[in-house]
Amino acid sequence: MIQQVDHPVFEVHDLTVSYDKKPVLWGIDLTVPQGSLVGIIGPNGAGKSTLIKSVMGLIPLGSGYAELFGQPLDEVRDRVSYVPQRGTVDWDFPASVMDVVLMGRYGKLGLFRRPKKADREAALTALRQVGMETYVSRQISQLSGGQQQRVFLARALAQQADIYFLDEPFAGVDAATEKAIITLLRKMSDEGKTVIVVHHDLQSVETYFNWVILLNTRLVASGPTPEVFTQQLLQETYGGKLTLLSEVGNLLKKGQFPTREKTL
Amino acid sequence: MNDLLQFLSFEDPNTRYVVTGTVLLAISSAIVGSFTFLKKKALVGDAVAHSVLPGVCLAFMLSGNKNPVYLVVGAFLTGWISLVIIDQIVARSRIKEDTAIGLILSVFFGFGIMLLTKIQHSGNAAQSGLDSFLFGKAAALVGTDVIVFSTISIILLVVVFIFFKELTLIAFDEDFAKSIGFPVRRLELVLTTLTVMAVVIGIQAVGVVLMAAMLITPAAAARFWTDKLRVMLLLAAIFGAFAGICGAYVSYTAPAMPTGPWIVMIISIIAMFSFFFAPNKGIVYKMVRQRRIRKKIRDENILKMFYQLGEADGDFFKTRTTDTLSQLRELASGQLSAGLSRLRRHGYLKSGTDGWQLTIEGKNKGQRTIKLHRLWELYLTQYLRIAPDHVHDDAETIEHIITPELEAKLEKLLEYPDVDPHMSKIPYES
Repeated sequence: MIQQVDHPVFEVHDLTVSYDKKPVLWGIDLTVPQGSLVGIIGPNGAGKSTLIKSVMGLIPLGSGYAELFGQPLDEVRDRVSYVPQRGTVDWDFPASVMDVVLMGRYGKLGLFRRPKKADREAALTALRQVGMETYVSRQISQLSGGQQQRVFLARALAQQADIYFLDEPFAGVDAATEKAIITLLRKMSDEGKTVIVVHHDLQSVETYFNWVILLNTRLVASGPTPEVFTQQLLQETYGGKLTLLSEVGNLLKKGQFPTREKTL
Repeated sequence: MNDLLQFLSFEDPNTRYVVTGTVLLAISSAIVGSFTFLKKKALVGDAVAHSVLPGVCLAFMLSGNKNPVYLVVGAFLTGWISLVIIDQIVARSRIKEDTAIGLILSVFFGFGIMLLTKIQHSGNAAQSGLDSFLFGKAAALVGTDVIVFSTISIILLVVVFIFFKELTLIAFDEDFAKSIGFPVRRLELVLTTLTVMAVVIGIQAVGVVLMAAMLITPAAAARFWTDKLRVMLLLAAIFGAFAGICGAYVSYTAPAMPTGPWIVMIISIIAMFSFFFAPNKGIVYKMVRQRRIRKKIRDENILKMFYQLGEADGDFFKTRTTDTLSQLRELASGQLSAGLSRLRRHGYLKSGTDGWQLTIEGKNKGQRTIKLHRLWELYLTQYLRIAPDHVHDDAETIEHIITPELEAKLEKLLEYPDVDPHMSKIPYES
């Protein structure tokens, strides 16, 4: 069940990504319509984070491409926002909440230009949206997990993008934060922004997302939640890796074969 | 003493040169080092520092003189090559960064020492003083050297100022920097180049062996004092400069002394001092806070005893002897009497000839502690389903922590209960 759409805001075409020659994503083809709130679902090691990292150009692609608004990422960077996993940064870094949220303005500012008053105001608005406006000058080391996640989300909001990629924003946050975040994401989606979320809690999938991508090394399904989030497709996703596929992957790694033959 | 005054007066133009040079390069390496420190690449500075030695030696062998421009270029080249090789080893093999740094550092340094020994036996008279690159000699900074090094220091500071926002971002969140299209690889190249330059100009004063300390130690020390990046950079610069001046002074008064070890000793003492005494993060500060908490707990426990004795015989303000008290709870006798006098000082207790007695404030405080203890026991049995005979020890700790806000919440949640799980009465303020 892989539903393709016309005029997608987000398209992945024949994408293969390997770590040390072993493919972790295998021939992914998918499209997502504008304004959807998308959950990327799959077991650990299914390549969920890898998928959005490769779309953001953080890891090299073995083959294929990803397009946003029908264009390569470089053409539309200021319309795209990425929220890494909270654990990927050192929260003991000497910075305040405002310092971090202002980073969301750097893309629009470009190199060498300092944030102006307007940028501070945009950052404040973003903090208000996540309910953290009273923490502006708090040191980030003093925040709880949920507050850290809200700060990361505020930084993304300050980017004022049209498509958002969030890597596990609900991991290790308190219930209140989870509720605040999903409310905000729904609002963004209602405003026509596309929100793509790596998610691992199956319980909340049906209530949170209106589009679901099921992933386990290969794409199992992509489409509207009611059609994709079914017992049968979930079983296919979580029923383990395809044994033959992993064995071929291991051979590629062992022999250090290229993922694709070079074409002239 | 005369030496010190003369040194500080800067009368001697040579002293002025040496001090200006040393301070500038100490500041610039502290600032550049702060960013490698925040990027958790502290060892990279050490690798570069050792790897510039062969460059210095080769430059001397090729040019035949100690012109600082040649030496800087030579040092820059090998320092930079070492970093490129480390990067390539990490990217293309299973070897991790720490191992790669260890490998390259020793190979380059070994090669450098080999060349240095060869030069020393070559009979070239111009070579004298080249060995001061090993441990540094600030006093060897003269005329042209100082001008060249100071210029580079100022360029370094200007570049850091221009790239401040970018360097901070790649130190904090590299993936995000890439996602907004910042040229992260090139920015890292800038930081690498800055590090190499800082090392190259620093080695004359500190020497290749100890240069890493000039990059990392000021930042590590400054980090203890602040959570603000700008303040941290400023403090690192001040610490570095101070150590630099001290080093220059030593070099000035005792020319036989290598400067590097002295600078490193001084900056390390600053770091040690920060480690122990910085507010919030220092060890001593933490110990003092721990002691204060322990005292608070002990005092509250003593008031609690008075209250419990009062509960038993219905007279809260009866005079109690030290013996009665010490039977009730195991406390070192010194701790009990110290606690009693402390509580008297704070107006919770009165002392008479035959013992101690609660004041109104003391009774209220003891009562509150008891109340919190019993409320918490009840909370544990009701909300955590813990057996009533297991809740006491936990409550012993928690009774000292609960804030008035939590107290109000707890009362409301449990609906002002009358008794705890052991049927002891929960006392409320009337």
